[in-house]
Amino acid sequence: MSGKNLQTRTESDLMDAPDRVREWLTELAERVLARARAGGADAAEVSLTSSLGRDVSVRLDEIDTLEEARDHGVAITVYRNRASGSASSGDLSLEALDRTVEQALAIARHTQPDPAGGLADADRMAREIDDFDLWHPKSIEMETLVDRARLIEQAGLNHDPRVDNSEGASVSFDVALGVYANSHGFVGHGRQTRFSQSCVLVAQDKDGMQRDWDWDDRCRFEALADPAATGVRAAERAVRRLGARRPPSGKWPVIYIPEVALGLVRHLVGAASGGNLYRRSSFLIDSIDSQLFPEWVSITEDPHLIGGGRSSSFDDEGVVTRPSPLIEHGRLARYVLGSYSARKLGLETTANAGGVRNLLFAPGTADFDALVRQMDRGLVVTEVMGQGVNLVTGDYSRGASGFWVENGRIAYPVEEITVAGNLRSMFAALEAAGSDIETRRNIQVPSLLIGQMTVAAQSDQSD
Amino acid sequence: MLQQATQELLEPAGLGSSELDHALAGLMRGQVDFGDLYFQRRQNEGWSLEDGIVRSGSFSIDQGVGVRAIAGTGTGFAYADAIHAEALEQAAGSARAIASAGTAGALAVKMPVSTAALYRADNPIEAADATVKVELLRTVDAFARSLDPRITQVNVSLACQHESIVVAATDGTLAGDVRPLVRLDVRVIAEQGGRRESGNAGGGGRYSLLTLLDPECWQKFAREAVREALLNLEAVDAPAGFMTVVLGPGWPGVLLHEAIGHGLEGDFHRKGISAFSGRMGERIATEYITVVDDGTLPERRGSLSIDDEGTPSQRNVLIENGRLAGLMQDKLNARAMGMQPTGNGRRESFAHLPLPRMTNTYMLPGEYSPEEIIASVEDGIYAANFKGGQVDITSGKFVFVASEAWRIQGGKLIAPIKGATLIGNGPDVLTRVGMVGNDLELDTGVGVCGKDGQGVPVGVGQPTLRIDGLTVGGTQ
Repeated sequence: MSGKNLQTRTESDLMDAPDRVREWLTELAERVLARARAGGADAAEVSLTSSLGRDVSVRLDEIDTLEEARDHGVAITVYRNRASGSASSGDLSLEALDRTVEQALAIARHTQPDPAGGLADADRMAREIDDFDLWHPKSIEMETLVDRARLIEQAGLNHDPRVDNSEGASVSFDVALGVYANSHGFVGHGRQTRFSQSCVLVAQDKDGMQRDWDWDDRCRFEALADPAATGVRAAERAVRRLGARRPPSGKWPVIYIPEVALGLVRHLVGAASGGNLYRRSSFLIDSIDSQLFPEWVSITEDPHLIGGGRSSSFDDEGVVTRPSPLIEHGRLARYVLGSYSARKLGLETTANAGGVRNLLFAPGTADFDALVRQMDRGLVVTEVMGQGVNLVTGDYSRGASGFWVENGRIAYPVEEITVAGNLRSMFAALEAAGSDIETRRNIQVPSLLIGQMTVAAQSDQSD
Repeated sequence: MLQQATQELLEPAGLGSSELDHALAGLMRGQVDFGDLYFQRRQNEGWSLEDGIVRSGSFSIDQGVGVRAIAGTGTGFAYADAIHAEALEQAAGSARAIASAGTAGALAVKMPVSTAALYRADNPIEAADATVKVELLRTVDAFARSLDPRITQVNVSLACQHESIVVAATDGTLAGDVRPLVRLDVRVIAEQGGRRESGNAGGGGRYSLLTLLDPECWQKFAREAVREALLNLEAVDAPAGFMTVVLGPGWPGVLLHEAIGHGLEGDFHRKGISAFSGRMGERIATEYITVVDDGTLPERRGSLSIDDEGTPSQRNVLIENGRLAGLMQDKLNARAMGMQPTGNGRRESFAHLPLPRMTNTYMLPGEYSPEEIIASVEDGIYAANFKGGQVDITSGKFVFVASEAWRIQGGKLIAPIKGATLIGNGPDVLTRVGMVGNDLELDTGVGVCGKDGQGVPVGVGQPTLRIDGLTVGGTQ
C-alpha cells in the first residue's frame, strides 16, 4: 500500500479504530529504526503523531471561521559514534520517511561527538503503558459546534449592557495519537482527546474599552463548563475592568490569582530544568535541598493523575515516570531532568524529558475572599504582560493589571502598572495559598499571597 | 518567482493550471464570495553549539496546501499536509462548508501577479557545506570566549530556511514567491564573584548565508553579546516609577510594533475592538512623527515580494506628521471595510489562516543627535536594547522589556541598570515624545511577531527617541 493511501485511511480511523492507527504508526516507527540502523546509526529514536480536529468561531452571532485540521508528523534522532542528528517532516509516506532518516544521518555526520548524548539508559524504559482516561473520542458536527459557540457568546452579550462588542466565541476539539519508539526495543503510545471552548468579550463605558475572556478545556466533551457559564464569566471579567485607575506606587503585598500564579510555578520549573542548569542560565544552580519557600509549601508532580492533561507512563525518551515531590517542606527536592541534562550535571534523569507532567501546588484552606482580607491593603494581579522574567538572575519585572485592595476588600480595578521583585525573594515571601485551585491546566496552582513586591504606576494626579 | 515556485511545488505533484482552476471552480460552486489555494513548501536546517561542541543539528521539510472559502466575513478553512490532487479536493470540500452564507460568485480570469523580487531565490541551506556551518559555530564560540575570561558559557545557533509558495485565488490572483531566511544567534553567560548575567545578540534576513559567514558580521554579534553580559554584571537595581525614558535606535522600535502597529491591523478595526478604532485622521503623536510599515525593503527579515495572499507588499504610512493615516489590511478585512489590501495578509503556514500582520515597522528620523537627546535629560533612564513586548489592543496598554539600560542623571549615563519592564498606553505614548533623533536604524533581523498563535518574521526600527513619561518597573 502506498503511503498516500495510508494517510487517507487514518483520518477516519483515528476516531473509530485508533488501535489500527497505532499499529500503523508502530510499523512506520519500526521501519524508521531499521532504516537508521542499516544506514549506520548506533542508536535511534522516533516519534510519530497523527491528529485531527475541528475549530469554529462565531462573532456577533455570525460564523467567523470553520476550520478542519488534519496533521501528521515524524521526528527522528539518530546517534552515530556519540554524535546526533535530527530530522522531521509532516509527510508519513514511506518515501518521505526514508528521506527523513537519510537527512538525520547526514546531519549526524557533521555534529560532534558528545559524551552525554545518546538514548536514555535501557534499564529505565517503562515496562507497562497505563491508561489515564484521556481518550473520549466524539466526532462533533460543525453545526453543533457553531450552535454551542452562539450560546456561549449570547449568554455573555446578554449578561450586561456594557458588554457591547465581542471578539468571538470558539468551540473546538482535537484528537491525537502518538507513538514513540527507540532502538532499545521500547515502543510506547499515547492518545488524547481535547474539547475546548472560549469567549472574548469587550465592555465599554465613558472611560474606554476593556476586553477579557473565559475558557474551558477538558478531555471529555461532557465535562466542559456549561456554555452560558463561560460567556457570563467572560462578560463579568471584562466589565469588572472598566474604570481602571492606577494604584499608589510603593512596596505592597500582592495576591496572584490562580491562572497568574501558575506562571510563577512555570518559572520555578524553568529555573530547575536541566537545560538551563548546565547552560548556567538559572538562579537555581546548586540549590537542591535549599529552602526556597516557607516550610508549608509543597509542589508535587503526578504523571499518573487520572484525567491529568499530560499524564503518561513514560517520558519523551521512554523512561518510566513516577509521582515525586518537586518542593517538599519548602525545599527544592530535585531538579527537572532528562537523560542528557542529567549526564551533563552528573545526576540521574527524573523522567522529565519533554518537561513536567502534572504538577500540584498543595492548596491552603482560605478561600479567595479570606486571602484578600488577610492582605488588607495591596494589589490583586489578574493579568501579567511581557517577557520580563530573567531566569539567569531570578529578576522579575512584569506589566500587570488587577484590583487594588483597601481594608480587606476589593476597592477598584487597576491597570498600566508594573510589579517587580526577584523570584527567589518572592518565593521566600509567600505568606498564604488559597483553596481556589485551578484545575483546567496540567500545572494546578491556587491563589498565592506574596508578602511584598515593588508596584509602580504613574500617579493619577499627574495625568 | 512564480515559475520557480511552481516548479518546486506543483510540478512534482502533477498539478497544473487546469487542476487549480478545477479546485477553485469547485469552491465557487457553493455560495462563496472568494476562495484561495495556498501551496507551501518549507525546508529548515538548524545547527547549535553549546558547551563547546556542536551537539545538535536538525533538518525538516513541511509542505501542504491550505484552502480557504469566504462567504461574507465567514471563512471556511481546511488543509492537507501533502500536495496532490486528491488532498486538494478533500481540503476544498471541507472549506466549502461555509458556503451557504455567501452569494454565488464568478471565477475571475487568472492574472499572474508580477512584482520585483526583493531577495534572491537560491536556497540558503545549499549555499555552504555543513562542515562550513559547523566550523562557523566553533569559530564564533572560540572568538566569544577569547574576548573576556569571565565568559563561562557560549551558545551559538544558525538557522537557514528556504520557502516556496504559490497562491491561486478566485479573484484571478496567481502568484508565487521563493523566500530565503537566515539567522545567527549568540548567547553568552558571564560570571564574576558569584554573580551571573547573560548577553544576547544576533541577526539575519532574507539574504545569502554567505553574509553571516563574513567575520565582520559574526564578530559584531559575538562582541555585542559579550558586551551586554559584562555590562549587566555591573548593573544596579532599576528605579521604579514614572519617568523620562530615552530609547536607543534600532530594535527598541519594538515600541512602535506594540504601542501602535498591532492597533492598526485591519481585523481589529473591522471588529471595532482596537483602542484606535474610529480614530483615523486624529492626532495621536507629536507632529514631527511619521511611522511606516514597509514590506518592500530589500533582503530585510520582515520583507515580502508578495504577501501570503499574492498581494505585492507596499510601504504603508501608519502615522503621518502625528496623525493616524492608514491601516494594514488583508483581503478579507479590506473587502469588508471597503478598502484596498495593503500587502499585509500573512500566515505562519499553509495550516493557518491569513491575518493582517506587520512587515518592517519603523519611525522616520528627526533632527537631533543622540548625544543631544541624552544631554537634555536631567533624571531618567536610557534603554539601549530590549527583549520583546506585548500589547492589549483593546485597552491600548503595552509593555516592552529592556535588556540593556542606563540611569541618566544630569544629562549623563551614570550607571548600567538591570533590565525592567516599561509599560504605557498606545494611544497617548507618542504624544509624549519630546525629541526624535537623526539616527534611524533598523534592527539586525531577529523579530518574531505572535498573533492568534501564529508566528511570522518581522522587522522594526526607529531613531533615538525621548519619551517624557513612561512607567518603569524596577525595584527601587
